[in-house]
Amino acid sequence: MLARAAIWWSILEMCIAERLAYRGDFVLGTTMRFLPIVTQIFLWTAVFASAGSGKMVGFTRNDIVAYYLLTMIARAFTSMPSLAGGVARQIRDGEIKKFFIQPIDLIGFLLIARIGHKLVYYGVAIGPFALVFFLCRGYFPGWPPAEYFAAFLLSLVLGFLLGFFLEASLGLMGFWILEVSSLLFVYMLFNFFFSGHMFPLEVLPDPWRTWVGWLPLKYLAYFPAAVFLEKIPHDQLWRDVLILAAWVVFFMILCRRLMHAGFRRYSGYGG
Amino acid sequence: MSVIEIRGLRKSYRVYQKKEGLLASFRGLLHREYRDVHAVKGIDLDVQKGEFVAFLGPNGAGKTTTLKLLSGVITPTAGDARVLGYVPWERNNDYRRRFALVMGQKNQLWWDLPAQESFQLHQKIYHVDPVAFKRTKDELVDLLNVGKLLGQPVRELSLGERMKMELIAALLHSPEVLFLDEPTIGLDVVAQHNIQKFLKHYQQVRGITILLTSHYMKDVAALCKRVVIIAGGEIVHDGSLEGVIDRFSDYKVLTLDFAGDKMPGDLARFGEVLEIAPPRARIEVDRTRIASVLSTVLADYAIQDVSVEDPPLEDVIASLFALTERRAELSDRDAKQAAVAAAPAPSP
Repeated sequence: MLARAAIWWSILEMCIAERLAYRGDFVLGTTMRFLPIVTQIFLWTAVFASAGSGKMVGFTRNDIVAYYLLTMIARAFTSMPSLAGGVARQIRDGEIKKFFIQPIDLIGFLLIARIGHKLVYYGVAIGPFALVFFLCRGYFPGWPPAEYFAAFLLSLVLGFLLGFFLEASLGLMGFWILEVSSLLFVYMLFNFFFSGHMFPLEVLPDPWRTWVGWLPLKYLAYFPAAVFLEKIPHDQLWRDVLILAAWVVFFMILCRRLMHAGFRRYSGYGG
Repeated sequence: MSVIEIRGLRKSYRVYQKKEGLLASFRGLLHREYRDVHAVKGIDLDVQKGEFVAFLGPNGAGKTTTLKLLSGVITPTAGDARVLGYVPWERNNDYRRRFALVMGQKNQLWWDLPAQESFQLHQKIYHVDPVAFKRTKDELVDLLNVGKLLGQPVRELSLGERMKMELIAALLHSPEVLFLDEPTIGLDVVAQHNIQKFLKHYQQVRGITILLTSHYMKDVAALCKRVVIIAGGEIVHDGSLEGVIDRFSDYKVLTLDFAGDKMPGDLARFGEVLEIAPPRARIEVDRTRIASVLSTVLADYAIQDVSVEDPPLEDVIASLFALTERRAELSDRDAKQAAVAAAPAPSP
């Protein structure tokens, strides 16, 4: 057990070191993420001004801006840049072979690598995040009750795992369809609209809203933000957290099954 | 007991056949044609502990496929194989800690980090005792003379330097079996020689079992006593390198230095004349006629010097590969014709 922990710790160290190798790209990529905030504040101010009413589907302008800022936090946990594409590329190029040869678990490795990348990102982004939230503190209604805050934190961690296993599963489809970019495009499109990344899901008309409620995508952006803003009724709060946990388990199992089936199918492409 | 035991191992792939042109690309969206490729066709092989075996064959002969099967990268269509008593494609971690695979130009090291960091990670992954790790690493670094490069990111190393680092990474856990797939591909002569020298020394000192594929006959001649030739997915020779020449070469090269400047004009009666550069001539002579040709030449002409040599190894291997490829093509054609003949006739 200790030996295994030492392996995972070493991998984490390596991933962090690798992430820091390209300083320029890293700093630029991290800081530029905050630019859309300004445009979103202007956009929603204009939307509310033209609507003429102080509220839309139960959200005030301040709620919407706070919602948007919170989805940024959620997406900092749940988005997995280059994960699925990277796995598919490794399958196509043959780089994946090292996971067949070395005594190391592919999914465990990818998970640790992703944790490493996220830790470095948070380490650098925490400053700009704190500044933005401080400047925009007026948009927030205040801190939620402890129970809601605990559910919010839990939803971020579970959301990270959901995002990871979901995208890793998409990447592992590369064992069957080699080129997954179109699949990823469709996924990103659905993710963009139905995760609540761009607007609160309450904006959607029925039956879309009901259907989207059944998808796991809402846990990637909408749910943590809605929990923080207490938009989820108390009687649904823990039920939804449990459903999120169930989705995590589902994709965890799917991911491992795809890996084993893919390993059996693999033809050793790329020489 | 054999370290590597292979019985009736087969691997077939289904490969998409795309016809040329844009129209064919659109047709391919609706209907695709596939072809079955039989990369390995039921091979049997035993390798004993401490052997250094060369696996030779033309491109697409099944060499790399066999190495991938033995290292558990792919699963066979049929047959059985055991390496150190393990079934490779079960990918048992105990097995994975006892062998290594090095593929030319395929990077197992972390591209953006210095090789020494990948080495540290290998120490943990392979559960190598820290003292043994340091000793092995220092020994390998010293043998390959890469001490100054350990702190340099892998992406900034030359191809030869990278290959040396790959070898170190592969050997840090002291594997009992090493699979080398064209380890000197793309390297210059000096780098090739250094890697050859290292492999020879390491194998002799450690007594590990090595299976090597290479297109460089110099690698093979320098390192391997036993040569297995695979062509069209089948083993066509298993024996010594000298045995390849004895078995597959039907001629020898006769070099004659004539006493005077005048060269006889009827040398073609002995065989194909390869070169005439007075006073020297080189003739390719059928092996069965070499004794009679020699006695005739010595009796009929004033000869200053004479030598009889085997043809160059590269030539023998090249003609052997060409022959086996031709046979494989004929066999494929026969199989297709048999399949067409066996197909039921269309009803009237």
